[in-house]
Amino acid sequence: MTRGLANLGAATLRQIEELGRMIRFGARIVMAASRPPFRWRAFMAAVYDSGVLSVALICAAGLTVGFVLGLQLYNTLVRFGAEDSLGTAVGLSLIRELGPVLTGLLVTGRAGSAITAEIGAMRTGQQLDGLRMMAIDPIHFVVMPRAMAIFFVLPLLSALFVSLGIFGAYLIGVELLGLDGGTFLASLEAAVEFDTDVLQSLVKSVVFGVLLALIATWRGYSCEPHSAGVSRATTSTVVTASIAILLADYLLTALWSL
Amino acid sequence: MQSNSNRDLAVGVFVLLGLGLIAYLSLQVGGLSLREPGGLVLFATFDDIGGLSPRSSVRVGGVKVGRVESIDLDEDLRARVRLNLARDLELSVDTAAAIRTSGLLGDQFVALEPGAEDELLVTGEDFAFTESAINLDKLIGSVVHGEGLGGGD
Repeated sequence: MTRGLANLGAATLRQIEELGRMIRFGARIVMAASRPPFRWRAFMAAVYDSGVLSVALICAAGLTVGFVLGLQLYNTLVRFGAEDSLGTAVGLSLIRELGPVLTGLLVTGRAGSAITAEIGAMRTGQQLDGLRMMAIDPIHFVVMPRAMAIFFVLPLLSALFVSLGIFGAYLIGVELLGLDGGTFLASLEAAVEFDTDVLQSLVKSVVFGVLLALIATWRGYSCEPHSAGVSRATTSTVVTASIAILLADYLLTALWSL
Repeated sequence: MQSNSNRDLAVGVFVLLGLGLIAYLSLQVGGLSLREPGGLVLFATFDDIGGLSPRSSVRVGGVKVGRVESIDLDEDLRARVRLNLARDLELSVDTAAAIRTSGLLGDQFVALEPGAEDELLVTGEDFAFTESAINLDKLIGSVVHGEGLGGGD
């Protein structure tokens, strides 16, 4: 009985310690980013890997989510004779929730896991130690550009997702189901406000970017230096970052509607 | 590394596209105005504003020309609505403000009906003629109780 409690306590303390180490790691990334030189070459390469190469995935996902929303919401709205507000329903759900959240989850799976695996492999191959031997801070050289790239890229990809989602719903609603295109766009533009909806979307995607950048790089940087450790760290990135994004989404939505 | 310039080009296009879409969502869809407020501010007082709320649109002949900024009660307990309109809008002093509904159950908005006077309304002035929202409950009640459509006031 006492041992069970002690185990629980030890496990809790380990989790808190891990969280503390991760936050200190985050502070070191921020300090590295503010210390010149900023690694533009490495940053550009990371933006290319995490951002440009995700464009096709985000476009495909945004378009299909838009199609589905268009069909599903139309079928619901038409029962109330309110199919003219399809634009409102699609726009608000995409901009406030689905855009940032689904983009966060997709980028976690596509780019976050890759960053963890890459940094983990560098650690396993003792390349990070090699950098330290040459008096190069691996956080400044390897971690910071990748973390900054994720943070920078997520709002852009989220905007892409939202725009394609709206376009997909427009295709379904206007071209397939025969709604009026002007009504669709007018009901969208009338319902969506900058300071409640678009700003909320931007804030969410920035927060998700911070969470994902921190979790993905920390999991790689702190992984056990063998191949099983790298694979565990990669899995852990996807699981932790997904949960963190969904939890943060709930908290932000709740805070916003206070 | 040989395709460094191609990669940079792709990153540039990507960043431009992303920023453009954020700008589109903010300005066009979100209705954010880069111009500072400082448009034509006018007040209209109504007995009953129905479901009108701040940020409802203001229209002249169906064309959107501004929005409702705030709604307060004045000292006579009537609703005083502050309208922010396009700066270059020229409204004569006998323009009437009415609260209308788009469609049967749609959003409520303020409709302005221009008058015939030469003198123009300037910032801070009140509309002389206003028409309250049509209250569906009152309307149904007056029909049911046989008071005729003109009843209520």
